[in-house]
Formats: sequence, C-alpha cells, structure tokens
Amino acid sequence: MSVLTKSATDRTPGAATPLDTLRVCIRKVLSATFELNVDFALSSGISIFFGPSGAGKTTLLDCIAGLTTPDSGHVSVLGHVLFDSTAGIAVPVTRRNIGYVFQDLALFPHLTVESNIAYGLAWLSAVERDARVDRLLSEMGIAALRSRRPADLSGGERQRVALARALVMQPSVLLLDEPLAALDLPVRMKIADDLRSCIQNTQTPVLYVTHSRDEVFTLGDNLLVLEHGRVIAQGTPHAVLSAPTNETVAQLAGFENIFDAVVTSIHEERGTMTCRVGGSPPGKTYREARGQGVELETPLVRSTPGDKLRVGISAGDILLSTTAPVGLSARNVLAGRLVSLSQRDAIIVAVVDCGIEVAAHLTLWARDSLGLTPGSAVWVIVKTHSCHLFQDGKRSK
Amino acid sequence: MDWQAFGLTIRLATVVTGILVVVGFPLAYWIAFSTWRWKFVVEAIVALPIVLPPTVLGFYVLVAVGQRSPIGRWWQAATGHPLAFTFEALVIGSVLYSLPFAVQPLASSLSAIDRRLLDASAVLGVSKLKTFFRVLVPLSLSGLVAGISLTFTHTMGEFGVVLMLGGNIPGITRTLSINIYDQVQDLNYSAANATALVLVAIAFVLLSVVYSLNRRFWRVWPRI
Repeated sequence: MSVLTKSATDRTPGAATPLDTLRVCIRKVLSATFELNVDFALSSGISIFFGPSGAGKTTLLDCIAGLTTPDSGHVSVLGHVLFDSTAGIAVPVTRRNIGYVFQDLALFPHLTVESNIAYGLAWLSAVERDARVDRLLSEMGIAALRSRRPADLSGGERQRVALARALVMQPSVLLLDEPLAALDLPVRMKIADDLRSCIQNTQTPVLYVTHSRDEVFTLGDNLLVLEHGRVIAQGTPHAVLSAPTNETVAQLAGFENIFDAVVTSIHEERGTMTCRVGGSPPGKTYREARGQGVELETPLVRSTPGDKLRVGISAGDILLSTTAPVGLSARNVLAGRLVSLSQRDAIIVAVVDCGIEVAAHLTLWARDSLGLTPGSAVWVIVKTHSCHLFQDGKRSK
Repeated sequence: MDWQAFGLTIRLATVVTGILVVVGFPLAYWIAFSTWRWKFVVEAIVALPIVLPPTVLGFYVLVAVGQRSPIGRWWQAATGHPLAFTFEALVIGSVLYSLPFAVQPLASSLSAIDRRLLDASAVLGVSKLKTFFRVLVPLSLSGLVAGISLTFTHTMGEFGVVLMLGGNIPGITRTLSINIYDQVQDLNYSAANATALVLVAIAFVLLSVVYSLNRRFWRVWPRI
C-alpha cells in the first residue's frame, strides 16, 4: 500500500487516475482564518490521517462523505466522480456509498444491533438482507449481541456494531473518525488490535483519522499529517516520523522538548555546530524555554551563525546524573536543579531547570535509586545526535 | 351527566388532536432544526396561546370566521351556512388554542436527538423522508405521546374559546365545560360535580401517562 508520492504541483485538480482509490482535492473556507485546503490521492489499504484537534479532520471526512459541500474541488472514488465544482457534479450523500464511522458512532439507540446493521439495506429482499447481516455479525464476533440495544453494549462492542453497520453496505471507501478517542486507554489498545484485524479482513480501503500517536503506530501503513487544514507530510509512518518536517510531525514523532535556538558557531571539522537555546519565547504549543538559555552542541546543518532554528529532543533520550559526569562521549552536559517529578503510567517525567527547562523520562527504579526529589542538583546529559533541528517548517538535512 | 355534551367534547378533542399531530410534527421539526435567525418569532407566536386569555383568542377567531371576513364568506359560499357558531369553528379555535401543547413537547424531544444520527442515516443511503419515519418519529415518541395527551386534555377542558366561538348549542357546540357552567347557573351543584369529576379523572389519567413517559421508554444511550 502506498500514498502516491506526486507533489501537489504536478497534479491538475480533477485529474483522477484509475490507480487512485480515493482522490481528494478540496478547498473549504471555514472561518476568516481557517480554510481546509487538501490535495491527496490514496491507493488501497489503511491510511492514517493524523492531526491535532481542530486541524480540520472531521470536516475533511464530512466533505468526502458528502455531508458538507466543499467550496471548490474534486472528490472521486475508483475513478467515479462524487464531487467536482468545475463540472458541477455533487452526488448526494445518500448515493455515495461511502462507509463512515463517526467519532461518537451514532448508533440508533431505538434499534437492536441487528436492526442497526440492517438499517441501510431496506432495499434488499429480506432473505438477502438477513444473509448479509448474519455474515457481518459472525465476522465481527457480535452474533450473540444481535437483539441487544446499543445502551446495553460495552464500548468495544458498540465500536464493532458501528463498523459492521458501515461495512455491510460494501462501501467503496471506509472513513473512520477517531474511532477509539472516547475509550479508556487499556480498552483502547485491545480494540485497536481488533479493529485492525476487522479492517484487514475486509479489503476495503480505509481512511482513519486520529490525533493519537499510539494509533498511528498500531494501525498505520500509510500516514498523512494534517495541520491547520493542510496536508503537511505523507508517506509510510516510518518515513514520515524518522524525518519530521515540522513541529506537528515532530510532536507526533515524540519530541517532548522543542526549543527556539539561534546558531552561534559552526564547526565544519567536527561535523557539529553550537546553538544558543532558550531566552526567546517559543511556539505556544511547546514547553516554554525559561531561564537564561544554554549552548547546545548539535549536528551540523546548512546554516550560518545567527540563523533561527528549533531543536527537538525526545524526553527518552535525556540522561540525568546526580554527580558531575566525567569521561562521557556526550557533548552536552548541563548543570541544573530538579523542578518536579510526576508519574505517567510507568514513566517518571522529571522536569529540570538547567538554563532551559527540559523534560526527561526516567524509570521508577532510577528515581528511587538516585534518591531524586524536587530541588536535587542534577546534570542533564544530551548527545549531540539526540538534538533534532527544524528550520521554519522544514527539517534540516 | 349530559352524554351528548360528553360525546361532543370527546369528538372535538379527538379531531383537534388529530389535526395537531399532522400540523404540529412538521412545525416542531422546523422549530427543532431550522437555523433561520428569526425562528424565535415563530416560536413566540406558537407559544402565544399559553399566555393569552382564551377570550382574546376566541374574539379574533370569531372575527376571522365571521361573515365579514374572507374566510367566513368563502366558507358560506362553499357550504351554504355560516362558519361561526358551528363545530368547525370550534375546531379552528381549539387547534390554535392547543397548538403550543402539541408543538412544544414534540420540538423539545426532536431537538434532543443527536444530529449525527441523521447524518448516519444519510450516509447509509436512507432519504430524509424515510429517516423522518425511521429515526425521528421513534426517537420523539415520548414527545409525541406527551403532545397528544396534553392536546387532548387541554381541548377537553377548554371554556373561553368555545364560549366565544360556539356559544351554547346542544349537540353542536355545548361541550362539558360549558355544560358545567350551565349546571352551576341552574344551581344544580351535584350535576356540575359529576361532570367536573369526569373531566378531572380524564385529565389525571392522561397526565399520568405523560409523566410516566418522562421516565423514558428505553434507557437513553449513554454517550461513551
């Protein structure tokens, strides 16, 4: 499965190739400062649409399904045009045959599981309808629930009913809008597994929207990152995440620490450079770089002293030491003071002020054996190559 | 007990309730789903009969159905007799007078329905009209039963509008509430009491139905 890697410029809007399962090129102004403007083509398989809340994900799905009309553009499935503003085509939502599982599932509360699944099949003969519903009920492993109402189902069971209701229509594309967002974490991981096997069995191309990093890794074959109404990166999750091109992707890739930095000197001979980090207000979504700032040795990127960059450091890549370390290969050793310790699942998040405030992940055992408490003097150790540099929306090479 | 008046009252309440279900459902649907900015004006007009004295409403309907109004003249031309002081005039007045009692419970139960259910229905290929009968009607059933019960009870007990519009013609416009008034005028308190008790009993039973339904037919689907 692959995202067709054509760039937006060498594609004419409205030109669909038979290869494309789903071809979407739409523009919709949602407010004075926010417009959805995307252009992508997907072939079969599961495509993950990742983006923070408010990136326009649900609106995009609504446009594809026909619940919302784009201002302009083109939507086609398997070469069949569903919407085209220049040709004046807008197939009504009831005739698009697109499977859509909503974030809140929207099961009909007054109907049983069986009737929910059969809801869209009223045009079939009773025999054929029952056969299709029965097949889906057994495939999804929910045959025992057939006469229950949605209120009497668990979160995971509802999830499957909603999926069955969409799949029984034999849709040409299946849209899933954050299907796991409302579930508790332990349940979520189990259902993510279920969901993947259900989807993989159907052979239906899937567009899966999420803002959860875990789901990208659990389910994704193919990743598109949506930010503020635009697709900013696409490719396999590995390719996108190992070379993050901007902050949303960086956050997705797991950089808990992102700082504004200024290049101070370049060391061509060592393949590194020195950046002054902190001292200026960073992007509002990230940890504030407080304090006077520090100098970090980072990998060399094409730049000149005075250039503004951003540095991303994964909290799991930071070491803490209670004594001044000697004989280390790591170039960045910063003296600081522990500000706070908090526990998240099995991870201790230690926040250290060492001129900048950084978050480091520790194990419970490390915390206890080092006797760390807020106020402790610690040294923060960061390898040069753990510093990932970003330039104005692009990752530096 | 004046059985003729009783029969007439039941007939009036039934006809009015039937008309209001047919008229009230689309109106309630529009109130629940319209995004028109002046919608509140329509809502206020629908609610007017709750606060207006029945005599005011009765007076205007009387003028509207009178021989000098286009409606009254048209009716006379079409049927050969005047509209005022007939059963039909009572129906018109009662429909207007009970309108909020049918529309408001319906509109409130319709607007409590998750819009995403309508989207889900559309995505599954079901037309708006079929969605109305397959999703909206069943999910607003408690509002529908409440609207029917309230309309029926309210129409049965109506006095002012009937008196203004229909007068007191036995078998045509003399309803139970008018009957009670007559019995009291005649100082026949035991007959008035018997008639009044019938009205109280019917109202109590129907209101009990309404309030029992507020506990809902089925548990509402918990939002996960």
